[in-house]
Amino acid sequence: MNIIDARKLVHEYFRRDEEGNVEGVSVALDGVDLKVKAGQFISVLGHNGSGKSTLAKHINALLTPSDGTIYVDGKNTAEPENTYDIRQTAGMVFQNPDNQIIASIVEEDVGFGPENMGVPTDEIWERVENALKSVQMWKYRTHSPNRLSGGQKQRVAIAGVMAMQPKCIILDEPTAMLDPDGRKEVIRVAHELNQKKNITVILITHYMEEVVDSDYVYVMDKGKIVMEGVPRDIFSRVDELKSHRMDVPQITLLAHELKRSGVPVPEGILHRKELINVLNS
Amino acid sequence: MFREITIGQYYPADSLLHRLDPRVKLFFTLFYMIGIFVADNIFAFSLLTVGLFSAVKLSKVPFGYMVKGLQAIILLLIIAGAFNMFLTPGQTLATVGPLTITDVGLKNAGLMTARMIYLIIGTSLMTLTTTPNRLTDGLETSLGPLQKLNVPVHEIALMMSIALRFIPILVEETDKIMKAQMARGADFETKGLVRKAKAMVPLLVPLFVSAFRRASDLAMAMEARCYHGGEGRTKMKPLHYSKEDRVAYLLILLFFAGVVVLRILF
Repeated sequence: MNIIDARKLVHEYFRRDEEGNVEGVSVALDGVDLKVKAGQFISVLGHNGSGKSTLAKHINALLTPSDGTIYVDGKNTAEPENTYDIRQTAGMVFQNPDNQIIASIVEEDVGFGPENMGVPTDEIWERVENALKSVQMWKYRTHSPNRLSGGQKQRVAIAGVMAMQPKCIILDEPTAMLDPDGRKEVIRVAHELNQKKNITVILITHYMEEVVDSDYVYVMDKGKIVMEGVPRDIFSRVDELKSHRMDVPQITLLAHELKRSGVPVPEGILHRKELINVLNS
Repeated sequence: MFREITIGQYYPADSLLHRLDPRVKLFFTLFYMIGIFVADNIFAFSLLTVGLFSAVKLSKVPFGYMVKGLQAIILLLIIAGAFNMFLTPGQTLATVGPLTITDVGLKNAGLMTARMIYLIIGTSLMTLTTTPNRLTDGLETSLGPLQKLNVPVHEIALMMSIALRFIPILVEETDKIMKAQMARGADFETKGLVRKAKAMVPLLVPLFVSAFRRASDLAMAMEARCYHGGEGRTKMKPLHYSKEDRVAYLLILLFFAGVVVLRILF
């Protein structure tokens, strides 16, 4: 069964004037079909304003569809009584690490979700310990979030979601505000959770480098899914990617340009080592 | 200029005071504050001093760190002290130019300065030794009965803890905006009240805009983590009284009674 099943999803934002009359409608999602199997690592790529964050909020029931339906673990997000179940099943990590940490102590923040769910005290502690260990932040449990680096804060935020024992985690541009080291840390943790705990991961990003190890990639533009496929397939369509204003990773671009100028290199090179091997042989 | 403010900040350490139930510390702070205003002679103040210093000692918070909190109010202290000293009618002790120092004035000035200093140190002792979450838990439980009168106790407690969490972030942001505006030629050093106030506008507007944006982000993050008010919520760190807490209650009551007795006697 698909853990996430979106059918013809439409979301419209209404622009209103000062009196609240509708001035215009902007369509953020325009007939999106998305099917994610449990245990997969999925990436959604898109530049600013492509609708990818709106899609993320639909999976967490923070927004409900204007048209079409989305089922998360078999539950329709449009039904108000499903809201909390869905938020528990599909946890969400946001872009700004400072604006999603509620408590002043790491462990208390991780406990916030289970507290809201009404989990008994002993179990909260157990969950907090497991969650913090799974992101390698256990030794920082009594620290103040303000003294952590961006990557560490994002890992705490991931732990906060893990403590709710979700089946699926949505990472909405988790690395946009981080330095390169922090970025790697967060992506590595996301892959680890996917592999070791069998958590479905949906990574929303505009950094193409981050999606090379995903199982499946969707590219969004203007509220529609314009490309989908395995990373190698997507990355071999360099010109199409560029037409959707995506930055292709340097190494893929280099291989692409080499091929155009006559060097026999296959399309869709993802890693530097790969290119070196091809060029050596 | 903002970094020195230690009021309202938590100082992590492992001490008896850190371990005490937040309700005990709230109770202490309340009675201590009443005590400060009940005390009006040197004997009562000596008792307050002994109480305060033993509490500071027990808290393992460096005294210097605590005194830093006073820097913010030094100017206020001097002005208020001077007004009290020179403008209170009474028997003249000394004359400096047009100003006269009276005996009542001197006593009032000393008393008021001492009260302010004790107030700041005592109350910051509570916030320094209690995490904001524990503090709000304490408030929430202590004020629980008010819930029946439709007072949104849980919401107020949560608002407080979030405000405390964001103080350092907003302070840092203020610093950043200040530097950014200074790089574009904004002048924060000019003397004069009106000019200074005007110079604050390019600082406060972006700060408010960003604070609102943060608030909206945070609200969304809380919703995403199933926050739906205080109903049906469990506690990660529920409050239980231990033996230490009961002893502390007793000591606080004795201490307060001592202050009252000393006031009546002298």
